[in-house]
Amino acid sequence: MWGKNSDTPGPPPIRRLKLEDPEPATEVLPPTNGSNGHGPQQSGFTAAKRSIGAPQFSIRRMEIDEVSVFYGAKEAVKGVSLPVRQGEVLALIGPSGCGKTTLLRSLNRLTELTTSARLSGRILLDDVDITEIEPTLLRRRVTMVFQQPNPFPMSVFDNIAYVLREQGSRRARKKTLEPAVLSALDRAGLLEEVKDNLDHPALKLSGGQQQRLCIARALAAEPEVLLLDEPCSALDPKSTQVIEDLIVKLRDDVAVVIVTHNLQQAYRIADHVAFMYLGDLVEYNSATALFGSPREQRTREYVSGAFG
Amino acid sequence: MEEQLPQEYGPKWSDQRVERMLGALVIGVVGLLLAMIVTVFVRAWPSFSHNGLAWFGPGGNVDDQLNAIFLSGQNGLEYVYTFHGWPLIWSTILITGGAVLIGLFCALFVAVFIVEFAPEWMSNVLQPVIRFLASVPTVIYGLIGVVVLVPFIGNHLITEPQKASVAGVISLTGYSLLAAILVLTVMITPLMVSIFSDGLRAVKPGWLEGSLALGVNRWRTTWKIGVRSARPAIVAGTVLAVARAIGEAVMLAMISGSVGFAPNPADGLIFVYEPSRPLAPTIVKNIDQLSSPPANATLFAIAAVLLFSAAAFSFTGYVARRAMRKYGAA
Amino acid sequence: MESVQTPPPPSSQPANPSAAPQPSPPSRGGSKGAVEGTATWAPIDRLGLAVCWALGLLFCAIAVAIVVYLLIQGIKFLRPEMLWTPAAAGFSEAETGGFSDALFGTLIVAVMGISLALPTGVALAVWLVEYGRPAALARVTEMTIEAIAGIPSIVLALFGTVIFSSTALGFLSRTSEGVVFGRSFFAASAMLSLVALPLIVASTREGLNSIPRHVREASYAVGKTKAATTRRILLPTCRPQVTTGAMLGLGRIIGDTAIIVVLLGATQNFAPVEEAPFPLDYLRGAGTTLTNFVYEASPTGNLNQPQKAYAAAFVLLLMVLALNAAVDIVHRRARKVGTWSH
Repeated sequence: MWGKNSDTPGPPPIRRLKLEDPEPATEVLPPTNGSNGHGPQQSGFTAAKRSIGAPQFSIRRMEIDEVSVFYGAKEAVKGVSLPVRQGEVLALIGPSGCGKTTLLRSLNRLTELTTSARLSGRILLDDVDITEIEPTLLRRRVTMVFQQPNPFPMSVFDNIAYVLREQGSRRARKKTLEPAVLSALDRAGLLEEVKDNLDHPALKLSGGQQQRLCIARALAAEPEVLLLDEPCSALDPKSTQVIEDLIVKLRDDVAVVIVTHNLQQAYRIADHVAFMYLGDLVEYNSATALFGSPREQRTREYVSGAFG
Repeated sequence: MEEQLPQEYGPKWSDQRVERMLGALVIGVVGLLLAMIVTVFVRAWPSFSHNGLAWFGPGGNVDDQLNAIFLSGQNGLEYVYTFHGWPLIWSTILITGGAVLIGLFCALFVAVFIVEFAPEWMSNVLQPVIRFLASVPTVIYGLIGVVVLVPFIGNHLITEPQKASVAGVISLTGYSLLAAILVLTVMITPLMVSIFSDGLRAVKPGWLEGSLALGVNRWRTTWKIGVRSARPAIVAGTVLAVARAIGEAVMLAMISGSVGFAPNPADGLIFVYEPSRPLAPTIVKNIDQLSSPPANATLFAIAAVLLFSAAAFSFTGYVARRAMRKYGAA
Repeated sequence: MESVQTPPPPSSQPANPSAAPQPSPPSRGGSKGAVEGTATWAPIDRLGLAVCWALGLLFCAIAVAIVVYLLIQGIKFLRPEMLWTPAAAGFSEAETGGFSDALFGTLIVAVMGISLALPTGVALAVWLVEYGRPAALARVTEMTIEAIAGIPSIVLALFGTVIFSSTALGFLSRTSEGVVFGRSFFAASAMLSLVALPLIVASTREGLNSIPRHVREASYAVGKTKAATTRRILLPTCRPQVTTGAMLGLGRIIGDTAIIVVLLGATQNFAPVEEAPFPLDYLRGAGTTLTNFVYEASPTGNLNQPQKAYAAAFVLLLMVLALNAAVDIVHRRARKVGTWSH
């Protein structure tokens, strides 16, 4: 969509492996208690029900390699290594201040907006170090949705068209952009609700709709990785459910990384979970394993609610 | 919230008493403004009523008319009110419009620069510079304009053939539209810069961060999101600048030329070299005529037009900002 | 925090002590880290940035040029005697004395104007923030202050001629043969105070609004009246903002020419009213200020003594610069003191 009309060097073409020859899913799901996916008894995590099935395939998209983030002298993230895969949802969980949001923001170099931030270690996107990619180009391939829905003060159409327009030097006409906008809205599950009036001011939508609009906006850039920073924490339960279903659907198209403080949410929608505490990566495992039979004592305590 | 204690026990300056006193002051100030408006229009009325709408139109040499009006009041004869102020109005429109247009363009870029793109050392220099320019007294702008800009224009920019081409109608000396517009622009731009910068800084950082996180570069983010959201501040700043420009009397009295001549665009580009005199400086230049009743009325009529224009612009700005609230830009 | 629904006052600086940036979310200033090179920008974006730089440098150059020019001319022509010699008639510039009357005149109108504007402005601001009932009156008052800020000073001057020429106010200026002259320091200062008023009101309001509610509630909870709270706690806390407003207002007052030209009489010297005792004789009489002097002494004025005009302009500019520097110092000191945690 973009890159075709612009004079600036476009991003490298999106590598989507065909679905016929994916890598096999990396984790075999441990057997559950035989019932329809209810959480195992021993971790006290009984209430949630997983809405996500086994991943169909997984492609390594980003590699986080011994990354530490410093704000001045304070080390917010300490030596974390994680893979990020398309076809899977990765959830970062942990109590407040554990560094999960900082880690997320370092994936699209938003941490660089703070002057005191320093990063050590490497983050690779498709085997290229992200510090070697121009930040603007990087952020088109790795887009982010924030905790507070932040639709721009424009119409619904313009919010999405904005992403498409500002990629090149020639201003595309409305008619040209319309299919892309509609497609993005469709992928975000918002099309039905707004298709009658695309000029509706975006700020007049409900909270859940605004957040889906932000997701649609993030998808319009055709990213390879989608970062979500506690996207549902400002929303009511019904909107949360809608967005969770959406996230599960999106995992085949983009690699999804979601930061959440809601353990049940992580259990519902994540394939892999990384538990962080005070900047350290305590445990990384598949969701069922981490919640069902956590290896670390601290994970066990957190998951059962002993602290948080 | 406050109980009304019995008077014997209450403090001397009870809240009620203080509130009443302050309220009286407030009403006094509001009343003063109303009195001002009413007085100006009442005093202006004879001039308007004798001329009707022709007051605003062209017709004759406005300087001669002013002279005639003044003398008629001095000589005890029948008062003459004939006044066709179009040259003054046209001059005001040209000078104010020119200065505000150029100033708006400059102020937008400078404000964006200060808030977003200037390196630290530059913005530490530029901000005091803007404050300084905003606080220089207008008379000093006038003085520098008269001793530097006007001779430069008169001697080095305007060529002899150009002077000759309009010699029959008006003489080009450097006191001109160009000088007036340039100096007025420098005067009103700092005002707009500070209001625009405040507006830009008040934009929700979530929007800007959201735009950057979508891969839009900083320049586009600042203009498409930041400036767009700051539109109410931009309107407010522009309206304030227009009001200032319309009311500017002293500097323009020194620079724009002292003739009630309507610059003629049909003269081609030379018309920026033509002198004129907007409404506000006309009052200053003819202030000695206040003792003559018809002249008094005419000067007050000019003041009434100034008042009305400033109010009309304020109102337009207010309406524009309300319309912008639709998309949440306010 | 001032909303942008009412236009901000024509003050040249916001008086908000800014909060310190935190690591997350990122501070606004942090985004100027310029980590993003302009290599990927479209050419028109880069052109825009070039325009920004050009204009920024242009305005710096203009400011420097003004200061340097006046500095050179001022030093060339300003002789210390000018500051204490009154203007006199003469044939050449060397004989015409100085502008001491103008200098004193500026000081007089500044003091008188501010003494009128400051209490009134603070009182209005207090009413708007602390009382403000009925709400309709509060809105009208806000609009009035804005309107006064927007009225050209020449119109204020004209109105002043009407008021002060009335016989009721004849005691404020000279009366000869039953006709009230209507031009005096009283008249000019009164109208000049209107020029400073909106600035003082806006600054004081900002200061009062920045005090969180719980401070007031703490005072009411020990039985203090609103008036006492305001007088003893709130206003002293706002001293930086009130001072800033007063100095901005002073700057406008000493820089104004239109009102002086109209309401102070067309002289270059003091013209005191003989019958009155000192100091009223001077205050009721006519006079001049630096701005008026520069106006008259400039090549377009009646005196046409450009050298003196430069000298006076130089002195005037120094006063304005000193005021600006004082405002800066007040700001910086205010920022060092902490604010409440809201």
